[in-house]
Parts: sequence; structure tokens; C-alpha cells
Amino acid sequence: MIALSDYLLLGALLFAIAVAGIFLNRKNVIILLMCIEIMLLAVNTNFIAFAHYFNNLSGQIFVFFILTVAAAEAAIGLAILVVLFRNRHTINVDDLDMLKG
Amino acid sequence: MENIYLTIVLAPLLGAIVAGFWGAKIGRAGAHWVTSSGVGIACALSLWVLSRFIWHDLPAFNDTIYIWMVADGIQFEIGFLVDRLTVLMMATVTFVSLMVHIYTIGYMADDEHNWPHGSLAGKNSYQRFFSYISLFTFSMLMLVMSNNFIQLFFGWEAVGLVSYLLIGFWATRESAVFANLKAFLVNRVGDFGFILGIAAIGMYFNSMDYAEVFAKAPEFANTEIAVFGGVSLMTLICILLFIGAMGKSAQVPLHVWLPDSMEGPTPISALIHAATMVTAGIFMVARMSPLYELSTTALSFVLLIGAITAFFMGLIGLVQNDIKRVVAYSTLSQLGYMVAALGASAYAAGIFHLMTHAFFKALLFLAAGSVIIAMHHDQDIRNMGGLRRYMPITWITALVGSLALIAFPGFSGFFSKDAIIEAVGHADVFGAGFAWLLLTIGAFITALYSFRMYFLVFHGKPRMDEHTQHHLHETPWVVTVPLLALAIPSIFIGWYAVEPLLVNNWFGNAIVVAHEHDTLHHLANHWHGQVAFIQHGMHGLPFWLAMSGLILATIIWWGWHKVNPAIDGQLQQKAGPLARVLDNKYGFDDFNQRVFAAGGRRIGQVFWNTGDQKIIDDTIVNGSARAVSWTAEWMRWLQSGLLYHYAIAMIVGLVGLLTVYVAF
Repeated sequence: MIALSDYLLLGALLFAIAVAGIFLNRKNVIILLMCIEIMLLAVNTNFIAFAHYFNNLSGQIFVFFILTVAAAEAAIGLAILVVLFRNRHTINVDDLDMLKG
Repeated sequence: MENIYLTIVLAPLLGAIVAGFWGAKIGRAGAHWVTSSGVGIACALSLWVLSRFIWHDLPAFNDTIYIWMVADGIQFEIGFLVDRLTVLMMATVTFVSLMVHIYTIGYMADDEHNWPHGSLAGKNSYQRFFSYISLFTFSMLMLVMSNNFIQLFFGWEAVGLVSYLLIGFWATRESAVFANLKAFLVNRVGDFGFILGIAAIGMYFNSMDYAEVFAKAPEFANTEIAVFGGVSLMTLICILLFIGAMGKSAQVPLHVWLPDSMEGPTPISALIHAATMVTAGIFMVARMSPLYELSTTALSFVLLIGAITAFFMGLIGLVQNDIKRVVAYSTLSQLGYMVAALGASAYAAGIFHLMTHAFFKALLFLAAGSVIIAMHHDQDIRNMGGLRRYMPITWITALVGSLALIAFPGFSGFFSKDAIIEAVGHADVFGAGFAWLLLTIGAFITALYSFRMYFLVFHGKPRMDEHTQHHLHETPWVVTVPLLALAIPSIFIGWYAVEPLLVNNWFGNAIVVAHEHDTLHHLANHWHGQVAFIQHGMHGLPFWLAMSGLILATIIWWGWHKVNPAIDGQLQQKAGPLARVLDNKYGFDDFNQRVFAAGGRRIGQVFWNTGDQKIIDDTIVNGSARAVSWTAEWMRWLQSGLLYHYAIAMIVGLVGLLTVYVAF
């Protein structure tokens, strides 16, 4: 039997991998987008685990919403990426340091 | 009566305002007419009020005109207290001031020559001068007519301010600017004591009104307060107020400004030294007699300061060569006599001497000014001599003034000065014997220096250069008429005023004298008329000392001087160290320059270097700017613009917050 804590551990592990991915990755912006997706999925895992455990459907409903938003966000993110590449001719994270005053 | 008193005060002010602000428009004649008529109105009304007091026994007036502030139950008001003391001062002040106004028309007629060519300050200086002297009269009237301490302080400061403006009137001369600053600063020292005294009165009496304070004063006669290890409240208040009087009335050690104030034009020397500024302190102490009578310590202090000033300042007069400075030192000495009279509780005698002195000292100053005009602004008595042949009116009036000054029997100064010396002789406060000795010898000194000046100026061979001698002539009528007008009271006022003032208690309850301090009642008890008083005086030591001074002066500076014109300088050389001490004025000036002026500058330097430059400029102002810039430098390094730096910061922050949330 798989316990609730196993799911939560998986979720935490996925989330930690995603966070590590965000600040260890110095090369590609696409990897950042992927890491964000992994974070959302980690959260989704938790939602579903809790929904199942507490016998409450609202958790699963939330997951649908999150997936939808994640899809939209990925589409927008990729679109921004395309524009970014067109302007800067690079998607190297190290070179994108304009986020300052 | 209120309207009359208001007119007396406001007429000179109006004149001053018109001449001051519209001087260019109304021209020179307009300026002297408007100011002289303002003071003339004040003088005429004051004399009328005085006559009402003398012949119709007018009751004293004490009323508030206007309340401008009430703070914590203390009323700050403008009010007049006109009693017999006030009215005598008003008449003296306005009369002398009027004479000075008329005289100024002649003295300042060629004032353009006293300014550098094209000087802007010299433009309309004639009108400005009239505006100032009128304002001076207004300030002094406000001071003497006040019925409360606030207005007294206003008059006190206004007189100080106008004296500052007048002493430094020739503002392009460095010595004049030095002198007026000195006068102002020395007066500030006195005023510091004065305002502390007023504050003490406000604190304990909770009123600024004379009548209320005097009524309450006996309740505080035995109150002690815990400063300097416990002193009597009345002593403290009286001495603090007297420190103010020491500044204004130029008593040792705050006398240093007065000889320097000779830098101003001569009419204001007459005005300052005779009627207005320096008499303020004497008047104030006489006005505060209900307070001073409660403190024997303060009276003794006043008496000693006065006697010391009278004697030691007279000595300096012996070695001065500037005609105005000789008269200035005689003023200091005579002020010492007045203060000594106050200290001996002979307030009436002090005010009496103030009045006679106002006439003969104004006369002497104006005569000196007349000589200065004739000498083309050379003031050195070594260059004069023989002027009696060229300037008969000036000569006679100066002789009258000198005789009055040395208390020659029959002249006004005789009555007042003899009364003072006698009163001090009867006083039994601490130091009275010593004070009596100083004042008595002072009579000898007075005669000596007065007639030294008189003989050197008016007798002997003329010592001026050919050109000046050729142009010597009597001064115009605007100068000589005031001299004559002042010579008359200088001779007669003593004869007429001595009986009412000193014997018949004319001041009534304007002056309060405790029974055990009453030094004048001996004089009143043995009063057999003026002639008897003169005869009595002629048996006294002061008379013989004055006469021997007069004779000695005649021998040295008239007889001997004819044989040996260099005698004055030779005598001073013979006197050696003594003359040097006198020439240095006992080192008061040097001491002030080295200790207070230099010390003040040094303290200022320290405050400027450490306080201003190091602490405020460097640490607080520049330091905060540096701190901001340094922080910004560091913050800039934090803001790298790299996404993963921000992300890690967010994560670290999140973890930190969660830790705090979960753990605590």
C-alpha cells in the first residue's frame, strides 16, 4: 500500500528538483519554463494525493484548472521566448541580465 | 491727561519716522523742522505737566494704554506711570534733547565733508541723523514713563539700539564701527543681568506692573533662594537689575564703552551723556527704590561701585588729550557720584544730580562741539589754547559748565554734589566710609581735570596752525543759543530745586526710603535756606579740596603753562608709571580685548573647528551622504539583473519565513 507521505515526498522531490533547476541552470530559458512546469506538476501531485486521501473531489478539480493555466502559461512563455530570441539573438540565461534598474 | 502723555511720547516718534523714511523728500530743512517741532511739542507739554505738578499738585497718573499680550496671568502692556519722579525726568530729557536738536542744525550743517566722496551712506545723512536723535528721545521717554518692566526693557533696548546707530553714525570710519559695536556688546552684558532680574521678578511676583510688584515686595524681604548657596531674593533681584544699570550708566567694569562712544558726532555725545542713555540706569534704580530698600547688601554694592567709578574714572580724565574724552571721563565720574547717592539711599540727591548734571554736561559737550567746529574737527587740546578771544560765548558758557561741574558754590552742581557727599557721609551700609573718602577726594580730581581742560583750551597762547587760527570765529547762533539756554539752568537750577527736592520731599511716594536708611533727613533737619547751605558747604572738606584743585589747575595750566608751554607733557612724564596706568585706563580695555574678545574668538574657533566643521559638516551632513552612497554601492552589487540570483533570494527568503513561521 502506498502511503500519503510517499506522494508528498515525491511532490517535494519534484519541487526541489525544479527549484534547483531554476537557479543551477545558466544556459537555456526553455529549461526554466520546463522547471516551472515541473513545479506545477509537483503541486498537482500533492493535490491529487490529498484529494484521494481525504475523499474530496475539489483537489482534483483544482488540478484541472492548474493544467489549463499551465498550458496557457507555457504558450505565452514560449511566445515571449520567440520574441526575445528575435530581439537578442540568444536564449542564454547568463546573457539575460537586464532585469535591474 | 492720557492724551497729553501719549502726545509727549509720540511726537518725537512721528518726527523720527517722517525724517527717517521721507528724508529725501522733505529735504534738510524739512527734516530738522519736523523733528525739532516734535521734540519741541514734547518739551513744552512736559514742562506744562511739570508746572501742573509743582503748582496744582496734579495726582500721579498710572494707567494701562494697551495690553498686547497676556501670558499665564502676566500682562504685557503699554502703560504710563507719570509721577513726580517721571515728570522731572521727562522735562530734563526733552529740554536737553530740544537743545541738542537745535544745536545739531549748526553742527551737522557740513556733514557731507565727513563722508568719503560718493558714499551712498552719506546721502541724506543729515536727515538720518535727525531721525535718530528724535528716535532716541522717544525711546528714553518710553523708558522713563513706563509703568511696567516690559516697557522699561523695551525703552532700555531701544535706547541701546539708537545709541549703537548714533555712535557708529560715520559708518565709513573703522574706529566708529569698532566703538559702536563695543558699546552694543558691553551693553548686552549689562542687559543680560537686567533681563535675568526682570525674569526673577516675573517668576516670584507673577506681575510686570510696578505698582503690584512694589506692593508685594515687602512680603519677599526675607525670602531666600537656593542659588550660589542661598542668597536673599531681593538682593539677587536688585544686583541683577543693577548690572543692567552698570551697563547703561557705564559703571566699572562695564564703563569701557562710554569713552569710545566719543566717536559719534558731538551732539549725540551730549545727548547720550547728559540726558538720555546713561541716566537710564540711575533713573531705573531710583524708580526701583522700594526694592532696593529691602536689600542692604545690594545698596552697599551700588554704593561701592559708584564711589569706585567716581574716583578712578576721574583720575583718567587727567591724562586725556582729546577734548571730548576729558568730558567723557568726567561724565563717568559724575555718574559714579549719582550711583553712590543711590547706594546711600539718597535717591532724591541722585536724581537731583542727574538733573543738574544733564544741564551742565550737555552744556560742556556742546561747548566742546562748538570748539571742535571752530578747530575744523581737531579735538586735541594740545593744539588749542587762547580760544576765549575768538569765541566769547563758548568761552563763558564753558566756564559756567566747568564751575557747575566742580561744584563751585552757588552753581547747580554744588548743591547736588554736596548733598550727595553729605548723604554718603551719613550712610552706614558696608563700605560707606570708604565711599565717602573716594567721593571727597574725587571733588579735588574733578576740579583738577576740568580746569586743566578749560585752561588748555581757552587760555594761554594759541597753539593751532596758522590756517586754523586765521579762520577761528564764534560759531553760528544755532550753536550758541543752546549753549546759553543750557548755561542758565546750569547756574540757577540747583538754587531753586534743592529745597523742594531734598528738603520738602517733593518726590513723595515715588521714591521709598526705609527709615533707617534715610541719609537725607540730616540735611532736611538742618536746613536753613540755600545761603546757609552754601556757607555750611564752604566749611566742608569737599569744598576745600575742590578749591585747591581749582587753584592747583590755575597754577599749573595757566601760570606755569605761560612760562613753559610743554609743562603738561613733562608732568605726565614725571608721573611715569602712574601716568602710564592712567593712560592705559587701568588696563580694562586690554583685559577685555585679550580675555573676553580673544577668548571669545578662541572659543568660537574651537566650536567652528570641532563643532561646526567636524561634527556637523563632516559627520552629520557629509557623513549621511557618504552612508547613503556607500549603501547604494553595496545594493547595486545585489541587483545583478540575473534571474537565478533573484530566484535564489526568493527561495532563501521563503525558506527563512517558513522557518520562522513553523518554528515559532
